[in-house]
Amino acid sequence: MTSTTDAATGRPTARPVLQVGDRVFVNLTRGAGVLLLVVLAGVAVFLIAEAVPALIAPSDELPGGLTLIAYIAPLVFGTILSAAIALVVATPLGVGVALFISHYAPLRIAQPLAYLVDLLAAVPSIVYGLWGAAVLGPASVGLATWLNEWFGWLPFFAGPVSATGRTMLVAGLVLAVMILPIITAVSREVFRQTPKLHEEAALALGATRWEMIRMAVLPFGRSGVISGAMLGLGRALGETMAVAIVLSVSGGVTLNLISSGNPSTIAANIALQFPESSGLAVNTLIASGLVLFVITLLVNAAARAIVNRRREFSGAN
Amino acid sequence: MSTGIGNARREADTELATGPLPSITSPVRPLPDGSPWGILGTTAVVVGGGTLLLGHGVGLAVTLTAVVYAAAMYGVARVVEGPRKAMDRLVTILVTAAFLVALAPLVSVVATVVANGVARFDVEFFTYSMRGVVGAGGGAYHAVLGTLIITAIAAVLSIPVGLLTAVYLVEYGRGKLGRAITFFVDVMTGVPSIVAGLFAFALFALFFGPGVRMGFMGSVALCVLMIPVVVRSTEELLKIVPNELREAAYALGVPKWRTITKVVIPTSVAGIASGVTLAIARVVGETAPLLIAVGITTGVNLNPFDGRMATLPVFSYYSYVAPGVPREPFLDRAWTAALVLIILVMALNLLARLVARAFAPKTN
Repeated sequence: MTSTTDAATGRPTARPVLQVGDRVFVNLTRGAGVLLLVVLAGVAVFLIAEAVPALIAPSDELPGGLTLIAYIAPLVFGTILSAAIALVVATPLGVGVALFISHYAPLRIAQPLAYLVDLLAAVPSIVYGLWGAAVLGPASVGLATWLNEWFGWLPFFAGPVSATGRTMLVAGLVLAVMILPIITAVSREVFRQTPKLHEEAALALGATRWEMIRMAVLPFGRSGVISGAMLGLGRALGETMAVAIVLSVSGGVTLNLISSGNPSTIAANIALQFPESSGLAVNTLIASGLVLFVITLLVNAAARAIVNRRREFSGAN
Repeated sequence: MSTGIGNARREADTELATGPLPSITSPVRPLPDGSPWGILGTTAVVVGGGTLLLGHGVGLAVTLTAVVYAAAMYGVARVVEGPRKAMDRLVTILVTAAFLVALAPLVSVVATVVANGVARFDVEFFTYSMRGVVGAGGGAYHAVLGTLIITAIAAVLSIPVGLLTAVYLVEYGRGKLGRAITFFVDVMTGVPSIVAGLFAFALFALFFGPGVRMGFMGSVALCVLMIPVVVRSTEELLKIVPNELREAAYALGVPKWRTITKVVIPTSVAGIASGVTLAIARVVGETAPLLIAVGITTGVNLNPFDGRMATLPVFSYYSYVAPGVPREPFLDRAWTAALVLIILVMALNLLARLVARAFAPKTN
């Protein structure tokens, strides 16, 4: 409760003084921050607490009579497979879109175009699920038949081709569409930060636009693209509803992307099983959710580490 | 000076005379301006038209046209302009194609949802619940209300926490705690929505038993997803408030908390409001956590602390995957619910942009 200025002399004190309001405000904001940490810790603690019964239960009481690992392993496989397809499709596409917006599109319309791509991220996942099952799935049958005909010797396209198109391939493609905006957004930002001098130097030496991009923009933006891809991967791993609606599940572990028997993903399996589950089955699902939490945590932490390392070197801020 | 240049030129001349002619001396004739369009048009007519005539789909026709166009363009440019220019043109085509491919799903999604959803986009859909409805008719009145209530509670809980955390990070949090919060906000951004739902369930199940479902649980789950988004966007905006403003306030003897509430936050309020709106838009369409925490019901339930509630995304999901007999009315309602969701999300996005533009601080 010191006064702001020395009233007698009118001389300001050296540093901003601490009022009661100040103390309250500091503690309020700090409390909010701490609350946030508590919530995240709560996520971990409560998930573990509810998963423990499944961890210690004998395997014949778990759903399907499998051990916990045997139950979760195919789901982890399905999760990684679908996310991998999404990543393989979305990363080159995302880089292309980002380059188009940052270096190819006329400056005046670049911003609206970027906004359009961002809108892809705004569409709720349930809508992507309906779209994938109703439009993309049936439309993919022709492609799947062709792939099976010509590339059937690859384990991915061994067939038999699903007639409904509710396959791992389509689930992966829907996920690709859903993670495209984040990959694009992150790549776009780093491409835009490429030092103008590097670009102009390349052009002045007679480089074509592509050569300039290859020599100045891409090396500068590489870590941004990687972290964007990993953020996208984190999202694809945890995406639930689109996969739950699109994928026709049989539970086996297979690399076959175009047949009607697919491994489920952790998230989709929870969404499908949870409403009808009770007792130990719920604990098992929560245990699988815990596995998903850990996987996405690792992927996201890696992505953030790359972003932050880059930020220190770039001098962009 | 002049002799030096003369010498250099003479040397260059002798080199030119002896060595093979460098390509730079033969003037590169660029392709005429309109020729890419000409080639594209020709390819579209010949390849695309041919494919369609043979009875194949539009998708195949467009794909083949694009592939043949890229190949033809590369070939022509390579012959006329040389390999470097040709590569440049090829990449331009690829990058543009990538953009068009990215837009295709957006257009397709919106077109599909509008086409399928418009059938039941009527007054009854917004005024009737599903209580006692067997076949056609009925609506999502209960689901619309449920979505609004649950999202509103989530927003009321998340926004103050998010704002205050962001203020702490930008204005106070220099130490270990600040760094820890920053890191874990990043981590929280990546929490899968279904895990947020499981968290809310695990939390409430400890107190109310394993069968618990209530609207408030859904709000808690949405909070886990929403808080980090609010923190991130607010943090970015507070960071770009110029330090001169803060220093000017301090110089006038204004205490720090008054500086923050009267100077820093008002300066960035437009962006903060816009970021908060986007955060709401993000959670309003969340399905998975609500599926876990809130479930579904057919009647109107306005009490978020008592039992299951219907929400639009979950309503749409169940109508689609578990339709009754006959199927058609259920599928129609599912699509209409999806359409309402899209409209809601797009409206929130638009609102966010308008807010940001309308209240943006004037720059000179």
